Amino acid sequence: MKDKVGSAVIEAKNLQLVFQTADGPVHALKDVNLTINRGEFVSFIGPSGCGKTTFLRAVAALETPTGGSLTVNGMTPDQARRARAYGYVFQAAGLYPWRTIAGNIRLPLEIMGFSKAEQESRVARVLDLVELSSFAAKFPWQLSGGMQQRASIARALAFDADILLMDEPFGALDEIVRDRLNEELLRLWARTGKTIGFVTHSIPEAVYLSTKIVVMSPRPGRITDIIDSPLPHERPLEIRDSPAFIEIAQRVREGLRAGHVDD
Amino acid sequence: MTRRAAYFGQRALPVLTVLTLLLALWYGAAVWLNAPWIADQDRRAGLPPPGLSQLVPAVWAQERPVLPAPHQVIAELAKSTLGTAVTSKKSLVYHGWITVSAALAGFAIGTLLGAFLAVGIVHNKAMDLSVMPWAIASQTIPILAIAPMIIVVMNSLGLQGLLPKAVISAFLCFFPVLVGMVKGLRSPEPMQLDLLSTYGAAKGQTLRLLRLPASVPYLFASLKVGIAASLVGAIVGELPTGAVAGLGARLLSGSYYGQTVQIWAALMAAAMVSAALVGAIGAAERVTLRRMGMAP
Repeated sequence: MKDKVGSAVIEAKNLQLVFQTADGPVHALKDVNLTINRGEFVSFIGPSGCGKTTFLRAVAALETPTGGSLTVNGMTPDQARRARAYGYVFQAAGLYPWRTIAGNIRLPLEIMGFSKAEQESRVARVLDLVELSSFAAKFPWQLSGGMQQRASIARALAFDADILLMDEPFGALDEIVRDRLNEELLRLWARTGKTIGFVTHSIPEAVYLSTKIVVMSPRPGRITDIIDSPLPHERPLEIRDSPAFIEIAQRVREGLRAGHVDD
Repeated sequence: MTRRAAYFGQRALPVLTVLTLLLALWYGAAVWLNAPWIADQDRRAGLPPPGLSQLVPAVWAQERPVLPAPHQVIAELAKSTLGTAVTSKKSLVYHGWITVSAALAGFAIGTLLGAFLAVGIVHNKAMDLSVMPWAIASQTIPILAIAPMIIVVMNSLGLQGLLPKAVISAFLCFFPVLVGMVKGLRSPEPMQLDLLSTYGAAKGQTLRLLRLPASVPYLFASLKVGIAASLVGAIVGELPTGAVAGLGARLLSGSYYGQTVQIWAALMAAAMVSAALVGAIGAAERVTLRRMGMAP
């Protein structure tokens, strides 16, 4: 049952997260209810301060919720972290400057105690997946920003976690590179069948990539709309000019506007 | 313009200009400071006051000048290094090695101590709160005051020679290493620590794979300060022992007997050794960072 496509992987029920700051408590997440099923590509979109990154970090056990329940693969987020249930891609590539590209991708494998032979074969496989095989021996500073981010995705894929959590991974890249990486990411998702949680503040990116779009709004951070995308799994870039695509983008925009409080 | 000429113009010329200026100032100062003694001697001998053409050569060749001229210092340096067997007690190489060996031993002890304390401070809240203030306090004690105490205490334990001096060196050297390493070990961004946390990395793995490599550039900056401080420590450690051997001993015996040329030669030797040691650390830094891929 657990491994069936469509079964719940991430479940949040009445999730609350309050940060205690010097200016008093900040409600980062309020009454968040969300179920993410196996194999889904879920985008979180909203203005800054809406809690989209906080939610992803809570799933990754990098933040601790203050109320409600949150399970990952039926475990607590911390248990899931120890079980290495997910790979996390940050906004910055965060490659270690003293390690080659292959060395950076090997990092999680070394920590998790894979054998040397297994490390090599996995590094080779994910480098191939992100089309960086010929850059294995290069150092990060020798690569462009887009290539570094691809390397960081390869690093998150190397240990074959079922869940991939991505926090604005393409936010710092220019539009052309971002388009290409979006296409590559979709292909990768189709090939690996992973469950992906993806934070963005680009409407086209969210609509293009996702099977489910979660629209959020700030103060307090909450979900204002959940949109199940009717777009087919096969998505050429041109799909962004189709009426269906524009219709979903319209609904996302309205959701964002409804949640927006001008203050 | 050829590349070599361009290099000369950009790098060597400013250095040479400053050096020439310094030498001119030095020679001038030597005349100004040493002339009264010559004039006094002549007056006592009943001779007429010397003219500038007589004064200047006399001043620059004086045996115990207030300020020896540069060529006198260089001649003394050459005599006591190249012109003397290295085993002789008159050899600056002999004295230099005695000081440098103590400084290097102290440098090794101080670096290890500083690095271990830094690792402890970064990983342990209690150590962070307790060790750092003491480390800072330790550096406010004048080294000249504590050096004789260390020598006396260690002597009463039967320890003499290199080790007490090395301890004084280590006392001066551990602090820059400690401060630099704490900063270096804390230099990884929160994101990089979060990343390791998502891998379920243990503290030891975080230290070995992230904190230590990230601290290397900071460590080298500290080592450069530390090695120079070590040499100062070793020289200061030689002063209270009654001038037996070492560069400090040369300085002390020079001042006992008014051998200003010898003092200046020992000073110059100490400065050159110090520059060479700092240069060696700099070379090791370049090689290491290039090997690590952190420098082009």
